[in-house]
Amino acid sequence: MFGVPLSAILGQLMLGLVNGSFYALLSLGLAVIFGLLGVVNFAHGAFYMLGAFAAYLGLEAFGVNYWCALILAPLVVGILGMVIERLFLRHLYQLDPLYGLLLTFGIALIAEGIMRGLFGASGNSYPVPDSLRGGLNLGFMVLPVYRAWVILASLAVCGATWFLIERTRLGATLRAATENAALVQAFGINVPLMVMMTYGAGVALAALAGVLAAPVIQVSPLMGSSIVIVVFAVVVIGGMGSILGAIVSGLVLGLIEGLTKVIYPEASNIVVFVIMAVVLMWRPGGLFGREST
Amino acid sequence: MSARTGLYVVLGIFWLAAPWLGLYPVFLMKLLCFALFACAFNLLLGYTKMLSFGHAAYFGSSAYVTGWLITAHGWGTMQGILGGVTTAMLLGLAIGAIAVRRQGIYFAMITLALSQLVFFVCLQAPFTGGENGLQGIPRGSVFGLIDLGRDASMYYFVLAVFAGAYVLIRRIVRSPFGQVLKAIRANEPRATSLGYNVGRYKLLVFVLSASLAGLAGSLKALVLGFVTLSDVSQANSGEVILMTLLGGSGTFLGPALGAIVVISLQEYLSDLVGAWVSVIIGSIFVVCVMTFRRGFIGEIQRRLGHRA
Amino acid sequence: MLKSAAVALCILPGLLAVSQVLAAGDQVVIGAIEDLSGVYADAGGQGAIVASAMAIADFGGTILGKKIVLLSVDHQNKPDIGASKFREWADQRGLNMLLGGSNTGVSIAMAKVAAAKKVPFFAVGAGGASLTGADCTPYTVHYVYDTTSLGNGTASAIVKQGGKSWFFVTADYAFGTQLQDAAARVVLANGGKVLGAVRAPLGTTDYSSFLLQAQASGAQVLGLANAGTDFTNSLKAADEFGITKTMRPAALLTFVTDIHSLGLRTAQGLYLTTGWYWDLNDDTRAFAKRFFEKMNKEPTMTHAGYYSATLQYLNAVKVVGSTDAVAVMAQLKKARINDMFTKDGYIRADGLMVHSMYVMQVKAPAESKYPWDYYKLIKVMSGEEADGPQPDPACTPVKK
Repeated sequence: MFGVPLSAILGQLMLGLVNGSFYALLSLGLAVIFGLLGVVNFAHGAFYMLGAFAAYLGLEAFGVNYWCALILAPLVVGILGMVIERLFLRHLYQLDPLYGLLLTFGIALIAEGIMRGLFGASGNSYPVPDSLRGGLNLGFMVLPVYRAWVILASLAVCGATWFLIERTRLGATLRAATENAALVQAFGINVPLMVMMTYGAGVALAALAGVLAAPVIQVSPLMGSSIVIVVFAVVVIGGMGSILGAIVSGLVLGLIEGLTKVIYPEASNIVVFVIMAVVLMWRPGGLFGREST
Repeated sequence: MSARTGLYVVLGIFWLAAPWLGLYPVFLMKLLCFALFACAFNLLLGYTKMLSFGHAAYFGSSAYVTGWLITAHGWGTMQGILGGVTTAMLLGLAIGAIAVRRQGIYFAMITLALSQLVFFVCLQAPFTGGENGLQGIPRGSVFGLIDLGRDASMYYFVLAVFAGAYVLIRRIVRSPFGQVLKAIRANEPRATSLGYNVGRYKLLVFVLSASLAGLAGSLKALVLGFVTLSDVSQANSGEVILMTLLGGSGTFLGPALGAIVVISLQEYLSDLVGAWVSVIIGSIFVVCVMTFRRGFIGEIQRRLGHRA
Repeated sequence: MLKSAAVALCILPGLLAVSQVLAAGDQVVIGAIEDLSGVYADAGGQGAIVASAMAIADFGGTILGKKIVLLSVDHQNKPDIGASKFREWADQRGLNMLLGGSNTGVSIAMAKVAAAKKVPFFAVGAGGASLTGADCTPYTVHYVYDTTSLGNGTASAIVKQGGKSWFFVTADYAFGTQLQDAAARVVLANGGKVLGAVRAPLGTTDYSSFLLQAQASGAQVLGLANAGTDFTNSLKAADEFGITKTMRPAALLTFVTDIHSLGLRTAQGLYLTTGWYWDLNDDTRAFAKRFFEKMNKEPTMTHAGYYSATLQYLNAVKVVGSTDAVAVMAQLKKARINDMFTKDGYIRADGLMVHSMYVMQVKAPAESKYPWDYYKLIKVMSGEEADGPQPDPACTPVKK
């Protein structure tokens, strides 16, 4: 097919699925935040990076192993997110949404700058946990066990989050608050608290992605800024407030990227943006989103 | 009004005399280029509230084209600049046509995505030199008359171009065209109902902004003699937003001041504190977003009772 | 209020600029522009600055009655930063000589500034052979190693052992492409084939998709035309994906710090070419000991190169009796270099410092007797063998 051996295509698709899992997890957090807060969280990449660093520092300084880090890092970063929401974002809701975007942009700059000042620009390696070492021989390639784990973990978390938001009462309350916060508040629900926790949760998802990513790519202060633009494109394609859209687009785009690497490798970096431009022209609300202005 | 004229006179004298005061001309020229970039960007943000997240695409592509025309094809300096600006204009037309149909965050996302495309084209295209950049661009001369190789003559040339562009921006904003833009910014549906083709106005200001950003890029290519991928990068787009907001997006001088502050901080603090410069700049930015939303100049104007 | 705004607008750049206007007539200013925080920070980085400072101290700290000053800055692997800083130091700080910078792209940009400002520039740690080829200038001296010698050393050793078909994973900038070209030429000259190549941006951390492409090609040898953390990341990934079982990795440029971070278990058996090794002889060991005390790691060839280049420059200035660039360059190209770095070095007309190079192989864990005991010497290549006896014909400005 395409003049390339099948094994090569399958191999790249497999890797694309791994990347897609990251995209899905990250877009999920972004979509949750935008859906409820209406904030375009430009700091999402920075929180992803902070999650990875939390795992790295946890290991280096406190001997916290990978499995604990999977829980602790998102927790720590999530709390940081909540603090930022409470101190900064909350005051900007009544203004033009552009200010929220700009604030998170500034936060990202600060976070990245601090980490760069402390750790330099090059990456630090984070070891793959022993229980996940080794490779699975799939015939067309050897897939490291760890990457298979990433796919499974991401899908599980995405599925659980989707279920939580779309199928539980808590999720229903969240969705109602998006539509009409005042009314929901009138029912006695502490909306500001819910908003703060939602931001924390979205950010925690990013941090979780960071911990998952740490053994695959180097833990570096620049890892967030390189991925965040792609993730934005993914979310826009999926529809900015749609949870399902974020997950599906993330996975599909990872696969498409993988396929492009086989056919026309140079274009693999931009295929996501081309698709985004096309989708925005044809369906401005994104593939799964609701039509907006 | 006379206070404002007085301000411009003082500024004019300072900038005309600057090389004689022992200040480093190349640094000053870099300040002017980025001040122009910020003013061009502000045409969009300040006067039509369109936040373009990919303005470096016009700055950088114009710089590359100018550099390439001069080095690879032996074009003269002015022709090279013209070629670069035309490129930026056409790019602005292409991207603008797609982007202005949407508003707010979607507009920003489209400009972001399309500028990434431009980035990758510049990365892959053979003539740009990829990661190595385009090096050794000679300054040439103004129509063969004034040699720009000496820093002093190049400085006055850049200053003249900046002044001309600045005056142009003021005239655009103060013109009837500018009034329509303000109406669109204030209430777009009302402007439409008054019969204005809002889409066309937005596109036109987008193209103007892109062209002037391109002019800034071409100048930068000539001043420093090289163009690299950072000129067309997302980071550069982010920086111009930073500069404009710090200085004040609803004003004329604001973006220029913002550019001067940001670049000066980067230049002089990076020797001392390295990567912490972006922390400092980011913090100032956050403070501005939270409290001084009008930026430095905007706040000053407000206290003096001026209107933008 | 308005006046103060005006004052602010004018004075701000002024105040900040005033600090730059320094008279440098009574100093000899040496600059070092290096990668202090990125991909090459380990191989070069802060250690390079320290090595230069050691050389200045060993020389005595003054020359021709003037104090020697060392400036340093991080180029962050960006050609614009390197070139701008060099230009600024030359214009404003009276720079007499520049040492730089581990990154070929940045070094090429700086070489152009050297020619424009007529300041001697020692390219230390960068590999691209074009620095003494198409990008050469009368003021460039290319120290330590270059892509030609790396190809002649490592690629040659591997091809002769049967590694005939190659696939390259290349860092996508001047250094990577030149290294790939040099190795490919050697492969083809020895009857081998190049089945393909893929380019990865500098600083890539996830090589999985590139390596899968390499594997799909069916080549015997995985040619890694990259360096620093790019190299360690690609080798680690190749290990993870089981590619090192089916393909033989060729480490076209490695530093002893890379082997240290990879560990002997992963790196054993690798062939590599180096311009200097800390454990070669008593002189090198003496320098290494002093360096270790300061940096807590053994010096790489880049660090040794910075030390030697600084000393050679200062010696040339002493002989000539002034810092005049043309005279000093002429003296440098006349003198033989016999110091801790090399016993048989000389600077060719095109600027290349020709000297013996060493083909090494990484020891197995069992063979290593003490910390940092990583290499065993396979072959010594004379300077002529490594780089050819003639100046690079592509270098036209410097005719001799």
